[in-house]
Amino acid sequence: MKILVGIKRVIDSNVRVQINRDGTGVVTDGVKMSINPFDEIAVEEALRIKERGEAGEVIVATIGPGAAQQQLRTALAMGADRAVLIESDEDVQPLAAARTFMKLVEKEDPGLVLLGKQAIDDDSNQVGQMLAAIWDRPQATFVSRLHFADGNGRAVREVDAGLETLEVELPAVITVDLRLNEPRFVKMPDIMKAKRKPLETVPLATLGVDMPPRLEFGRHEPPPKRAAGIKVESVEALVKSLRERGML
Amino acid sequence: MPGPSPATRIKALSDENPLATSAAVPRDVMEYDVAIVGGGPAGLACAIRLKDRKPALSVCVLEKASEIGAHILSGCVIEPGPLDELLPGWRDDPPSICVPARRDEFLFLSRKRAWRLPNPPQMHNKGNYIVSLGALCQQLAAHAESLGVEVFPGFPGASALFGGEGRDTRVIGVRCGDMGVEADGTAGPNYAPGVDVHAKTTVLAEGSRGSIAKQLIHQFRLADGKSPQTWGLGFKELWRLPPGRTEPGLIQHTIGWPLDAETYGGSFLYHLDGDRAYVGFVVGLDYRDPRFRPFEAFQQYKHHPALTPLLEGGEIASAGARTIVEGGWQSLPTLEMPGALLIGDAAGTLNVPKIKGVHQAIGSAMLAADQLVETGGGAGFDVRFRASAAGRELYKVRNIRPGFNRGLWFGLANAALETVLGGRTPWTLDNHADWRSLRKTAESRAHDGLEAMASAWRPERDLPPRDRLASQYFAATVHDENQPVHLHVLDTDICRTRCTEEYGNPCTRFCPVAVYEMVDDEAGRRLHINASNCVHCKACDIKDPYEIINWVTPEGGSGPNYQNL
Repeated sequence: MKILVGIKRVIDSNVRVQINRDGTGVVTDGVKMSINPFDEIAVEEALRIKERGEAGEVIVATIGPGAAQQQLRTALAMGADRAVLIESDEDVQPLAAARTFMKLVEKEDPGLVLLGKQAIDDDSNQVGQMLAAIWDRPQATFVSRLHFADGNGRAVREVDAGLETLEVELPAVITVDLRLNEPRFVKMPDIMKAKRKPLETVPLATLGVDMPPRLEFGRHEPPPKRAAGIKVESVEALVKSLRERGML
Repeated sequence: MPGPSPATRIKALSDENPLATSAAVPRDVMEYDVAIVGGGPAGLACAIRLKDRKPALSVCVLEKASEIGAHILSGCVIEPGPLDELLPGWRDDPPSICVPARRDEFLFLSRKRAWRLPNPPQMHNKGNYIVSLGALCQQLAAHAESLGVEVFPGFPGASALFGGEGRDTRVIGVRCGDMGVEADGTAGPNYAPGVDVHAKTTVLAEGSRGSIAKQLIHQFRLADGKSPQTWGLGFKELWRLPPGRTEPGLIQHTIGWPLDAETYGGSFLYHLDGDRAYVGFVVGLDYRDPRFRPFEAFQQYKHHPALTPLLEGGEIASAGARTIVEGGWQSLPTLEMPGALLIGDAAGTLNVPKIKGVHQAIGSAMLAADQLVETGGGAGFDVRFRASAAGRELYKVRNIRPGFNRGLWFGLANAALETVLGGRTPWTLDNHADWRSLRKTAESRAHDGLEAMASAWRPERDLPPRDRLASQYFAATVHDENQPVHLHVLDTDICRTRCTEEYGNPCTRFCPVAVYEMVDDEAGRRLHINASNCVHCKACDIKDPYEIINWVTPEGGSGPNYQNL
């Protein structure tokens, strides 16, 4: 079985995100970029499936600028076999991303597509679902446990009421949640090996996905600043202060 | 007050990390001609120069930060000479912050007023550039990689590896830090042993108070017969200001308030483009009052009437702290040992009166590379550096910083004399060790001026950050909580007994991000270490008066995530 893993280059989760001067977006100048943490979990899961002997090849793919090669190399250093960069300097919205991935699915014919449940930059949480619909294959989202038996995937997913177990016929789209695994540390010798692994670059324009953006961004604003608190001397003072503010 | 000897401390350190020293842990070995520890200006310049001159050499650079530049914090006005020589085209593709210096101002501050002083000649900045050193390092790293240097961010050099016995002991490389060690020192589920990097020559370019450099300087007795090394603690904030307030290229330095005359230090303010400015403050770590709080001194300075109109209504984009090596010529250790070299701030090549170290770091790095390429080894580098332009530059200004040991006014007069004579005075003044410089608290109380400085802080501060923890937020520092504490305190009994009594636990005040806390509760008084706040400045490793704090590298990728500092 071939596993196709989709990853996205996003601002690193440890970076303090700042909104730019005119409110048209966030500051990306000199900002550290990483693999979307959910996608990293998807890569890790694919590698574990392969290491158990249940898959033959792990392909990582991303849609993004040339610099996204860096994130693909990281995934290759983790252990993926080869990588595909669908190059585009434009912002790619969820539906366009799903249609683009569909082209890749047609070409690679994977037995399983693993994706993060959402990307931490726009938090859309749509690509996996859209891809499953376009591909017309089963999907399991928010998966926190996964194994395979009799050619089917058994996925435990987190829902509001607790846990739900789904059995999906392969090939399928599975989007992963935080609890599924803890990604491995990349090792130095593997970084060297990753430099020699195949990384194919395909310009997005050549795939024939004609998809003008459907979403329009209004304004970016930081959350309102919290006003400074006050210290009170006693319970009485606290109650009085709450009353004065009409909160009690 | 003799503390435990460094040898005891280094032994204690290895006892605390059984995995790091266990022979039973299988480790990959990677071989290089030259292994460089530290991806700052010195390390990257050395790598570039090596590959420029001898492309066949295999060279790697190890860096503890999650990416190149994330642990770099520097003023920083650079003198472009050495950089031009290293990378003639750097101006065509400048770092994200790069503003030509236009005008210098040197001020003396009192509580309410500011006086213009004549600019000391070392501090003229015509032809220099205000840059983000972090951004510059990212470009150096990209260039180094294009030449075939293997750059490994996220992989700290944790300890030196030795070969040979007794007098034949030589450095044969470094062991990278282990990943995935649990807080109790055992291997976690994702445990990944650090690689052993073997190299014909290891170059220590860890910056100020490098942890391996510290170990090797002791082990090979490189500082014997030299004056003790001395450091400063620097703070820096990048501000985004309301439009129209800045004068891009204006460089302003101050001395005086809020420091008293016996404490060495001052501020810097660099106006950038795009309504931004760098604001910073440096304090000599040989300060004497144990109650002194360097971070708060910086915040007080920002509330001077000369500063507030600029900063009010602005916001901080990024902030942090780092120590600065200030000992200069007489404190410079021997720069070579069998199998290894010291360069840049790990050696101590910074020029204090110029308040510049980057050109010296790059200069010493290029000399080290030249030595390796021309002779195949490091022997002779020490002599070569001292005789070079960079070495002579240090020699000329050697007496200026120690002159301030006798107070600000003596220091200024001495600096003027030394400058006029171009360092041709027949003497060399000594530095003294920072950890020995504190007075006991009881003695400090007798000192009126100090009492005023230590206690009379303006309590109402309007400008951000609110306190040290709020400032730490702007450093975006991260350490996985489930790792061993990387700040080893050899004997915490001293903290709750002698230190409380004698110095009132100065670590709780000099740490810029409140890593150290003394807790009094049912269990009694004890030291609590918030290691995950650490911004890797190394002040504690330097200033603690009993020399019992040992800073070691945490898990790779931990620490601050500085942007454009």
